[in-house]
Amino acid sequence: MKLNRKENEFDVIIVGGGATGAGTARDCALRGLKVLLIERHDFAAGATGRNHGLLHSGARYAVTDGESATECIKENMILRRIASHCVEENDGLFISLPEDDINYQATFVEACRKAGINAEIIDPAEARIMEPSVNPSIIGAVKVPDGSVDPFRLTIANIVDAKQHGATVLTYHELVEFIKEGNKVVGVKAINHRDKSVVSFYAPLTINAGGIWGHLIAEKVGVKVNMFPAKGSLLIFGHRVNNVVLNRCRKPANADILVPGDTICLIGTTSSRVGFDEIDDIKVTADEVDLLLREGEKLAPALAYTRILRAYAGVRPLVAADNDASGRSISRGIVLLDHATRDGVEGFATITGGKLMTYRLMAEWATDLACRKLGVNACCVTAEQPLPGSRPAEPESNTKSKTFDLQLDKNRSSVHRHGDMASKISSANEMDNSLVCECEDVTVGEVDFALKELDVNNLVDLRRRTRVGMGTCQGELCACRAAGLLAEAHKCTAKAKNDLAKFLNERWKGAYPVAWGEALREAEYTQWVYGAICGMENNKE
Amino acid sequence: MNMQENNISENNFEQCIKCTVCTVYCPVVPVNPSYPGPKQAGPDGERLRLKRGDFYDEALKYCLNCKRCEVACPSGVKIGDIIQLARIKHSKKRPALRDMMLANTDIVGTMASTFAPIVNTTLALKPVKWAMDSVLKIDSHRTFPKYSSKTFESWFRKNAQASQDQFPRHISFFHGCYINYNYPQLGMDMVKVFNALGCGVHLLDKEKCCGVALVSNGLISQARKQAQFNIDNIRHSVIDNKRPVVGASSTCIFTMRDEYPHLLGIDNADVRSSIDLATRFIFRLIDNGEVKIKFRDDYHSRIAYHTPCHMEKLGWSFYSIDLLRRIPGVDLVVLDSQCCGIAGTYGFKKENYPTSQGIGASLFKQIEDAKPDFVATDCETCKWQIEMSTPVEVKHPISILAEAIDYEATKKINS
Repeated sequence: MKLNRKENEFDVIIVGGGATGAGTARDCALRGLKVLLIERHDFAAGATGRNHGLLHSGARYAVTDGESATECIKENMILRRIASHCVEENDGLFISLPEDDINYQATFVEACRKAGINAEIIDPAEARIMEPSVNPSIIGAVKVPDGSVDPFRLTIANIVDAKQHGATVLTYHELVEFIKEGNKVVGVKAINHRDKSVVSFYAPLTINAGGIWGHLIAEKVGVKVNMFPAKGSLLIFGHRVNNVVLNRCRKPANADILVPGDTICLIGTTSSRVGFDEIDDIKVTADEVDLLLREGEKLAPALAYTRILRAYAGVRPLVAADNDASGRSISRGIVLLDHATRDGVEGFATITGGKLMTYRLMAEWATDLACRKLGVNACCVTAEQPLPGSRPAEPESNTKSKTFDLQLDKNRSSVHRHGDMASKISSANEMDNSLVCECEDVTVGEVDFALKELDVNNLVDLRRRTRVGMGTCQGELCACRAAGLLAEAHKCTAKAKNDLAKFLNERWKGAYPVAWGEALREAEYTQWVYGAICGMENNKE
Repeated sequence: MNMQENNISENNFEQCIKCTVCTVYCPVVPVNPSYPGPKQAGPDGERLRLKRGDFYDEALKYCLNCKRCEVACPSGVKIGDIIQLARIKHSKKRPALRDMMLANTDIVGTMASTFAPIVNTTLALKPVKWAMDSVLKIDSHRTFPKYSSKTFESWFRKNAQASQDQFPRHISFFHGCYINYNYPQLGMDMVKVFNALGCGVHLLDKEKCCGVALVSNGLISQARKQAQFNIDNIRHSVIDNKRPVVGASSTCIFTMRDEYPHLLGIDNADVRSSIDLATRFIFRLIDNGEVKIKFRDDYHSRIAYHTPCHMEKLGWSFYSIDLLRRIPGVDLVVLDSQCCGIAGTYGFKKENYPTSQGIGASLFKQIEDAKPDFVATDCETCKWQIEMSTPVEVKHPISILAEAIDYEATKKINS
C-alpha cells in the first residue's frame, strides 16, 4: 500500500489493537481527531483476548486495592449500558470454604461497601440454589455484581465505531521504528506483514497501547517503562458448568475464579514472572494445569470430570511505580505516561497497566491527554454512547436481501454475538443459513459478514470475530468450511490452505497441555480427517 | 483430588467427538429438512442451551425418539435422552387437545371400549375423519386401531385367571393399553403360549399406561405419576411375589426399563432386570433348558420380520427372530432394521404425516418385494403403520407362536 503524504498524516497514531488501543481509537475518533491504529497481528490477540473475560465488580480488589475496585464497579456499570451485547449479567459469588477464614467475609463486605460495590451476604443454602454447581460444603457466600464480558466482541465493537467515525485501522502492521525530529516523535514506520512493505505515518502524537509489548515499543525511542511480564494461565472447559461467577472469599490467590462465558467456562489464573524473551510464545505447563484443576475443583467439584478444551496463557502488563526500580510495588491501576514531561521525548505517550475492565477509562485518560496536547476541546462521550451491537435495532431498511431479524431470530447465537450488527447478516437462502461451525452455531451468512465488515485476514481472526472453531470440535468440522469461504473471499486457495494448517496447529497448541480423554480422542479424529482424508499431512506450513 | 481420570458428564454428552454418524442413522433427517439432526439437536444444542435456555429450538419436536442415534453412536452418548430431556425442560409449546387425546391412551381407551361399536363406526366415517383432520389435526389417512368392546382384563378375569395357579412357574403380564383396549387376542395368545410353557400368567395388582405417549407429547408430570404407579406395582410383583414382569410390547418394556430412570427420574434399579419382553423371556427359558417347545408339523408361512426402533435400541430383535426361526415351517426374511415412520403418536399428527410416510417408504417397498404371507414385529404402532402403508398383514411373534405351537404336546412336556 502506498500512501501519499496527505493520506498518511494523522492527529494521533495508536500502536496496539487490544481493548485499550481500540478504545482509545474510538474515543479519539468520537472527539473529532484523525486517528490511525496499527496492530502487528490482529485485534485482541494479546492480553485482551487472554484472560478470564470477567466483568469484574471490583470485589476482588476491594480489600487490597480500593482504587481499582472503585474504578471497576464504575466501569462495570458503564459496560452493561454501552456494551450490552458483549456482557452477560451473570452475577458473582464469593464463597468461603471450610479451609477459609470466615472472618475475612466481614472485612471483604466492608471494603466492597466503601468501594461502592453492592455486596450481599447470603445463606450458603441460597447460594447452592443460585449456583447448583458450587462446592456444596461452602460455609459462607457473598453475592456481587460480577458478570462476563467477551473481550473479542468488545474490542471489535470499539474498532467498528472508530472506523465509522473516520479512524484508519491497519492490522498486520508492526511498528519498525519511530520517526523523530530532534527529540520529538513525529511518526512511525511500520511493516505491512501481508506484503512486507514498509510504510511511514506521521502524527504529532503517538500513543503506545502495546500492553506488555509497550515496554519494547518504548525502548525503540529510548524510553524505559518499568514493566514486568506476569504470565497467567487458564483452562477452558467444554461447556458451562456454572452460570454465576465463582470466586473465593479470601485474599486474591491462584486459580480462584471460575467464569462462565458464552458456551464455556474458564478457571484461572496462575501467576508467574516470565522474561521478555518468552512473551511471544508462552506455554502452559503441566504444573499449572494441575494447580488450576486442584483449585478449580474446590470451587465447583464438577470440574474434576468435565472435559477440558484448551489451556492458554496471557501476559499481564504489570508496571512498577516510577520511584521503585525493584518492581516490588506493583500497581494494577492505570498508568498514563506523558514521555514529554517524564523523559523529555515529545509526541509520545504510553497508556498501560489497568485491566480489561478499565480499558474505556484508560482510553479516556489517553484521549484527554491527546486533546490537551493537540489543543482540541472535546468531551469524552464513550461512557454514554452505546457501541455498535449494543444499540437499539434500526427500523427495517429497504434492502432487498433478507437478513437476520433481531426480533424473530433473537434466540439465534449469531444475534446474541453481534447484537444489532446481526441485522447485516444475510439469511436470504439455504446457503446463507447453513452452518459453518456446528458447535457454536455460526452460519455462512455470519462468516460472510465478518469477512466483509470486521477486518478478517485469516482463520484465527475469523475465530475471534465469530467463535468459529471455539467449540468442542476445535476446528474438526468447521475449519475446512471456513477455509473454503476464506479462499472464495480472498480469491486465493493456496493462502487459505496454509491458513487452515496454521489454524489447526494453533488449535492443537491449546489442546496439547490438556490432551487426554475425550479431548485427545477428538484431536486424533481431527488429525485423521485433515491428514488422511484432506491430505494436509504434507503441507509445508 | 480427582485429576480428570474420566470426563463422564451427564448423558455422556461430552463424549461426542462430532463424528456425525448419529445424523447419518437418523430416519428424520433425510425426509424433513426442518429437523437439525441428532448431533446438533443433542450434544451441540445442549451446550447452547446450557448457556441460555432460550436457545432451545422447537424443531426438536421432530425427533421420533427412536434412539437409533444412540445405537449408532460409537462414543456412548445418550443423544436421544439429551433431546427428550431438552424438550421436557425447555419446550414452551403446551400440548394441544389433540396431543392430550393421543397421549392418554388409558382414559380414551376406557371410554372407547365402553362404546366400542359406536366409536369404531364413528371413527371410520368420512365426515368424522375430515373433522379430526381439520379441527384436531389428526391426519385423515390414519385409521385408528379398532377398539374392542371387551377389554383383555375382563376376558382374563372371566376365562383365565382361575386356572393360573396350577403352573410351576409364574409371571406377571404387563399387557399395556393396546392389548387391553384394542387387541385382546394378543393377550389371549400370550396366556396360551405361556401356559403351554408351564408358566402361570397373572395380572399386576394394577397397571397404567407405560406413559410413552405422555412423554412424547410433553405431559411429563402425568407420565411421572404413572411411571411411579407402575414401578410400585412391578415391585410388589417382583420383590414380594417373586414374579418377573413380562410384556408383549417392545415399546412399553423399553419405556419402563430405560425411559423411567433416564427421562422421568424414576429409580427402577432394583426391578429393572425383571422387566422383560415376552420373546426374550421365552428364549431364555428355552436356552436355559427350563422349558421345551414343540411346534405343529403342518404350519407353513413366509414371514418378514421388522425390527422396531426400540427393539434395535434394546438389542433384542435377535430373540424374536430366533424364536421364529425355530418354527420348522417358517421361511423367515429379516428386513433391514429401519424406522417405519409412525413413532407412536407422532405419525398420527397431520403435520408429521409426510415425514412419517417418507421415513417408512423404503421399508414398505422392501416388504412388498419380499412377498411374505405376513410381517412379524413386536411393536403395535409399527403394525398400524405397515398395515396402513402396505397390503400385508402384521402379526406379533407371540401370536405366531400361538398358532404354530403344538399346545397339548408342549404343555405336557412342561407341566
